[in-house]
Amino acid sequence: MANELIEFVLVSVALLGIGIYGLSVKRNAIRMLFAVEIIVNAANLNLIAFARFMPEAHSGGQTLALFSIAIAAAEVAVGLSLVIVAYRLYKNIDIADFRSLKG
Amino acid sequence: MADVLFLALSVLTIGAAIAALELRSLIYGSIALMGTLGGIAGFFILLDSPFVAMFQIAVYVGSIAVLILFTVMLVKRELIFKKIEDPKRKFAGIGLMLITMVAVGGIILDSGVKTITTDSPPVDFREIGEDFLTYYWPALIAMALILASSVIGALVLARREDTIENGQRTD
Repeated sequence: MANELIEFVLVSVALLGIGIYGLSVKRNAIRMLFAVEIIVNAANLNLIAFARFMPEAHSGGQTLALFSIAIAAAEVAVGLSLVIVAYRLYKNIDIADFRSLKG
Repeated sequence: MADVLFLALSVLTIGAAIAALELRSLIYGSIALMGTLGGIAGFFILLDSPFVAMFQIAVYVGSIAVLILFTVMLVKRELIFKKIEDPKRKFAGIGLMLITMVAVGGIILDSGVKTITTDSPPVDFREIGEDFLTYYWPALIAMALILASSVIGALVLARREDTIENGQRTD
């Protein structure tokens, strides 16, 4: 391997930090979904990196990452449809407007 | 030591992630998110996992990013370009990001992760297919049901409740 495990893990930590920043600062619902996607991808990168560097795990890490990607796809579909419903109710995508859930 | 390809990929991935959150227009933001997801796929190829990289490109860059792009286009034009955030919260968020990065990064740099190296050959992707159909088959079926139910749930949520009056649809 040309690269070491620590480098991949550090990239993953940087992505996690950016995702936490986006999730805590942004009030736009779609941008918050971007931040969630970035965090999920950081987790997947970690899974694959550790799977490559621990050969006794065989293909377990890659299989888990594939499941994780598929579940994330389902999560985004539901999240985006929730954003569309909220936009139809409030005519806005600012989450500060979503406080009352009565519509 | 990190080589040039790795450095270029990490600059692309992290820069595109920052751009996705900070660009004024949501449309450019979602295109930058595509850059992040593609960069992660590049890391997967560097880690000798071409099958997962292909899956990442097909699912994330191919479908999720396009889905986000369509949702952005369904939203009103002013909202796409409007930035809504408080400056006070922004500084707090930057502080939280730096604390997370320094704390988690420090713990990892201090741990034994640095010493892990490997010379073993990469896992053959045929092994993944075999695992999927033998050991993981209940999980595979459960995942198929989850995907189907989430698509149905998304369709039900986003459905328009049109009322039919005098035999005509009123939208």
